[in-house]
Amino acid sequence: MGNITEARKAVVTRILEGEGQASQEQRKAAFDNAGLPEPLRTLIERVAKHANQVTDQDVAAVEAAGLSEDQIFEIVVCGAVGEAVRQHERALAALEAAARSG
Amino acid sequence: MRLSILDSGHAFGPKVMFAMIRLFSGQRVVDAVKLVMYRPDFYGDPMKRLTHEAMRGPSAWSVGDRELMAAYVSKVNGTEFCIKAHSAVAGRAYQDGARVSATLADLDTAPIGEPLRATLRMLGKLAREHTVDAGDMRAVLAAGASRAQIEDALAVGLAFNVTDRLADAFRFAVPGPKAFDAGAKFLLARGYR
Repeated sequence: MGNITEARKAVVTRILEGEGQASQEQRKAAFDNAGLPEPLRTLIERVAKHANQVTDQDVAAVEAAGLSEDQIFEIVVCGAVGEAVRQHERALAALEAAARSG
Repeated sequence: MRLSILDSGHAFGPKVMFAMIRLFSGQRVVDAVKLVMYRPDFYGDPMKRLTHEAMRGPSAWSVGDRELMAAYVSKVNGTEFCIKAHSAVAGRAYQDGARVSATLADLDTAPIGEPLRATLRMLGKLAREHTVDAGDMRAVLAAGASRAQIEDALAVGLAFNVTDRLADAFRFAVPGPKAFDAGAKFLLARGYR
């Protein structure tokens, strides 16, 4: 578990705080799936909640709004990691509660 | 692949590697590899370390069990590339492809142990509903999985809840069975590093 905690932290720290072409604010908003303007909001909501429903149009709309492919790459990665990390945290908390209640 | 940079925007080194893989294996490099090789310091390198730890690090679960978890989570997420890729690895690891297909077809009747069945059920609920509660976890513990095993399973879920989303968002191409078989051999021999 300790190794996974560290590995997860390394992924999150790199994508949110390291160098990137999208701003740190954009990356954090995508990670949190909160506070993004359209059309990014629609794209990242789909990435987080039902990624297999992302369409070519969702991505084209974000490109048309002026984002580069590298910025889209970074922002989508942040959206995917953010949702997966939240699920992981909820599940670990549920396990902790189950273990405590015996 | 939806972004052209992920398809063909790699640095010189990875491009040479892709050409060599194609030459020696006769298979095109799959999109999962292209993703982790694009600007690898941003995502690929740290994510490969996480995935390798989850899938090949020390655990009471076998490699086959963890690959089956990856395939099962991918099935719930509806990610065709990852279902096929990790079904192939699990089938090869178990030397029993029928066990994998039976599990994906009907978890309740699959020929697997109760701790694994309960763990897969919980991972499926987490992927589908984005949360689980203490009662779900008590059911897994009651089926005989240890707390450490549940934590290890959740690490697999973490890795594939990221990877599945990116496979779908970037629309990974789904190749034929030969490519997945070659990929499965590679992942069993080398892992995810």
